[in-house]
Amino acid sequence: MICEQCGKKAATVHITKIENGKKSDMHLCDQCAVASSPFHMSPTFTMSDLLAGLINSGSVPMNMDVLQQPKCDVCGLSYDRFKSTGRFGCSNCYTVFGERLNPLFKRVHGNTTHTGKIPSKAGARIKTIRLVEKLKIKLEEAIQNEEYERAAQLRDEIKQIAANSKEGAADVLD
Amino acid sequence: MCWINDDGPMNEIILSSRVRLARNINKIPFPSIVKLEEAENVIKQIKEAYENENKNFDFFDMKSTTAVQKQVLLENHLISPDLMKKGEGSGALISNDKCVSIMINEEDHIRIQTIYGGLQIRRAWEEASKIDDLLEKNVQYAFDENWGYLTSCPTNVGTGMRASVMVHLPGLNISGNINKILQTVVQLGLTIRGLYGEGTDIVGNMFQISNQITLGRSEEEIVENLTAVTNQIIEKEKEARSLLISNSKVQIEDKIWRSWGLMKNARMMQSYECLKLISDIRLGVDLEVLPKIPLEILNEIMIETQSANIQIKYDHELNANDRDIIRAEIIRNKLRNME
Repeated sequence: MICEQCGKKAATVHITKIENGKKSDMHLCDQCAVASSPFHMSPTFTMSDLLAGLINSGSVPMNMDVLQQPKCDVCGLSYDRFKSTGRFGCSNCYTVFGERLNPLFKRVHGNTTHTGKIPSKAGARIKTIRLVEKLKIKLEEAIQNEEYERAAQLRDEIKQIAANSKEGAADVLD
Repeated sequence: MCWINDDGPMNEIILSSRVRLARNINKIPFPSIVKLEEAENVIKQIKEAYENENKNFDFFDMKSTTAVQKQVLLENHLISPDLMKKGEGSGALISNDKCVSIMINEEDHIRIQTIYGGLQIRRAWEEASKIDDLLEKNVQYAFDENWGYLTSCPTNVGTGMRASVMVHLPGLNISGNINKILQTVVQLGLTIRGLYGEGTDIVGNMFQISNQITLGRSEEEIVENLTAVTNQIIEKEKEARSLLISNSKVQIEDKIWRSWGLMKNARMMQSYECLKLISDIRLGVDLEVLPKIPLEILNEIMIETQSANIQIKYDHELNANDRDIIRAEIIRNKLRNME
């Protein structure tokens, strides 16, 4: 068999390509095979492709996706579109796609919970909650050590913080 | 440029330490799909917030900044290739000392970057965090109690922080130990990249090490981890350098003196060749083969001999040939009185 491309040398490389369900055969010589390199990755292979691959690799429980295809009500990005681009459209997408993002985060970062800096404005609520949690532990200690005066102080401090928080006492004292 | 002049710690091996924080504004579409009007509004808010406390900065609008100016900013590590490609609706605030740059509407609404000479990752983080606090006064950040700072790309969510160091590792590279280091670093959740020129050869023995994970590790942990690993690499590099000089003294001295000869005398110099030679000169200074040339001078050569940095000083367009001639001249001038 002669090479299809140059028509000169013997064809030693035989390639069967199936693209969109259509099958095609190619018979090339060594040199033409290297030159045409049909096994090259698409030149536009990017970070997004890699991420999209991660999102698509069966990481999300099937039933979740079958039931509904969420779409962000702020920027209009659908979960399907996110799966193909690997990029969010706006911060609200995170809320809309919700828990189905955790498997992706787990794959990329090995974690699903932020443990770093909390901004003072945007994170005011969580900051208050963490502060109250800390004070509650101190309160417990004070009670166990029978330091009742200190315990009373801490209890008042917690009440004060709860009263000052915008969301009201119930939320913070939970 | 502050990382150049700074007598940063460990600067015989570490060129610079950098931190960048990715931030976004709540409910405004990310830059890839945001409407121009909203993008301009983001710029306005960030500019105002920064202006309130800092007067010494320049704003570069990506629409009116020329291609050569953009390329200079890129070569000087002040903007990213992605921002360079952008036009209307994006820009960068750059402090006069060039330690701080805030890119607006690149991949995220806000990218705060700080850069210092030598091994100063903690300082870079602390300065970036201050600017972060300052900007938050003016805007509502996109932040989730569980996932942290929300970013356009899932790889940045959490702290939105990428900390990196630029390291010069001729000892490990020449002695063939670099691959072991590369593998170990990757296992520790860090990324290491060589500065590649044409093809796959690493140019000038320069590597950038950065954290990969942004979710589930605090900024403190990222700083500590990267600093600890960098310190170990410094130890290994020092070891490799002293082995080189004790095992192959003449060969190394020959390599360094040849490079010195080229730097001092060449009449045409390509940029890749220049990076290669600077690496040898740095090594030569550290091993005391060469006289004590201030590292500042070598850093200046590295920056000022880049193509756009050369072009910007001329009114007419230079071709590669012209630049090679000017580059050789700049180097000779800088090294004239060093002997």
